[in-house]
Amino acid sequence: MNLEYFVFGVMFVMALGASLAMLFARNAVHAALFLVVTQVALALGFLLQGAFFVAAVQIILYAGAIMVLFLFVIMLLGVDTREALIDPLPGQRPLAIGLGGLLAAEILWVAVRGVELAAGGEDQATALTELNQNPGNVKALAAELFSRYLLPFEATSVLLVVAIVGVMVLARRIGRVPNTGTGAESASGSDKEGAAA
Amino acid sequence: MSGVVDLIGAVALIGLIKVVVVFVALLLTAALVTYMERKVIADMQARVGPNRWGPFGLLQAIADGIKLFFKEDFRPAAADRWTYAIAPAAAMVPSFLAIAVVPLGDHVTVGDRRVDFVIADINIGILYFLAMGSLGVYGVVLAGWASGSKYPLLGGVRSTAQLISYEIALGLSLVPIAMVAGSLSLSDIVAAQAGTVGNVTFFDGIPVLEQLQDIFSIVPNWYIWSQWPAFAIFFVAGIAETNRAPFDLPEAETELIAGYHTEYSGIRFAMFYLGEYIHVVVLSAVAVSLFFGGWHGPGLGILPWLWPLLWFLAKTLVVVYLIIWLRATLPRLRYDRLMWLGWKRLIPAALLWIVVTATVNTEGVSRNIRLAVFVVLAGLILAWVGRGDPRLAFAVNPQSGDDRGSA
Repeated sequence: MNLEYFVFGVMFVMALGASLAMLFARNAVHAALFLVVTQVALALGFLLQGAFFVAAVQIILYAGAIMVLFLFVIMLLGVDTREALIDPLPGQRPLAIGLGGLLAAEILWVAVRGVELAAGGEDQATALTELNQNPGNVKALAAELFSRYLLPFEATSVLLVVAIVGVMVLARRIGRVPNTGTGAESASGSDKEGAAA
Repeated sequence: MSGVVDLIGAVALIGLIKVVVVFVALLLTAALVTYMERKVIADMQARVGPNRWGPFGLLQAIADGIKLFFKEDFRPAAADRWTYAIAPAAAMVPSFLAIAVVPLGDHVTVGDRRVDFVIADINIGILYFLAMGSLGVYGVVLAGWASGSKYPLLGGVRSTAQLISYEIALGLSLVPIAMVAGSLSLSDIVAAQAGTVGNVTFFDGIPVLEQLQDIFSIVPNWYIWSQWPAFAIFFVAGIAETNRAPFDLPEAETELIAGYHTEYSGIRFAMFYLGEYIHVVVLSAVAVSLFFGGWHGPGLGILPWLWPLLWFLAKTLVVVYLIIWLRATLPRLRYDRLMWLGWKRLIPAALLWIVVTATVNTEGVSRNIRLAVFVVLAGLILAWVGRGDPRLAFAVNPQSGDDRGSA
């Protein structure tokens, strides 16, 4: 039990500290790295809750794939030294502050409600523990995902595919120039995939 | 001793002991493998290899370690200080962590407590292995970027694209195994491969083959027999993940000097070096657990817990030998060939194989029909993967639609 509190403390400090450090980092690569630390800390949080599958997915997808792509883009474009100080979209700062406030209120509300729920629902935590024992975290999640939540699940995957196809259409060069030796061709495999599609 | 047990609990203490023992054992194995690689490659190239230090040069790895430890730890002026310092650790640590879910042997009973030879038998073992693999990318990427020098940066960029591409194939190649075993835990997967294949009635009625099929009653029940296409994809993608020849483009010495670790020296270089060999050992250990029955094997009555460990070590070293053999045999892939192989062959083949496994494993299909379908479809997929391009490493495929390789 003591160990659990200790791990929670480490995770808490890691997640918050890395998030703050990310906000104040001057270097784009450093900011991305702090975001990776935050993702790993959150995965640790999921582990503490007994959500093993979500923790693994959090690391594989967010820390392992998405953040590597971030770094890839930062390294390729070389934006690590200077940052764009001009707003490309006017008015996005006040909008961001407003939406951020809304999100904070929502989180606060869920947190308060969560305390209420936990006060009357001690059996919920034990139910999760039992589920993790039998039939196991992954199987229980899969059963829910592919029966009760099948439609939202499939709709999400369709949405992602639509987004990918959209990006490919937007990024495709019209009237493809055969190998002119521009620098952009050297690295990624994605433009090749776009051409093949 | 009892004070420690009271403080952190017996379970935590056993866990701690396991971690320390496995850590040391893995370090020693990796050191042994560096020596093994040099000896094997030397033999394949008709050289002698290390033979100065200790009997047969066995202490060479220790000598190398001491030498690297006392070398100057150089940092380029343009390097990003902290990232440069963190990168070698980021390359080594995930490889170490991945061994935690691999069952190294059976169990022993200490007092009234059962102790399994696995650090953490979690029910997402395969996913954990993949997660550690995906974190391993950071070491290479950060080293390349933080060195503040162009060759390492090129190596880092190459490595990112390569690792992301092959990670997908690696993950997909493990899905059929999870489907057949019905679990993501490596311990469950190893347990499912206990015993022998047993009675096969596939060739009943055919004169000679009918007698020969009795041999299956002594053949171990490994997943490699039915899942060898998955193993092929896993093995290729796994070697690509370790950045080793023929997929060592991130450190291609003929074009990038040494790629991402060009600027590193001394103990930091040693960490990259060690990390690579640990990765090789862990990859082999996982391959053994998934496809070659893990620690299962015949043993003698005395010391029943020791034999599984020895079997596991022996099988792992055989797979390590295969990887070394590949390095000595195959030339490095060209960059566009690498991408072609990953995206247009391995990933579609893995997806196809998932569909085949799912179809064949449906309830109510007899075992012999499954066997026949497996063999035929696996052959077809393999034929398609290698279609029209036997000289994979050199040729430009006219049908693949990429014209940039020819310039």
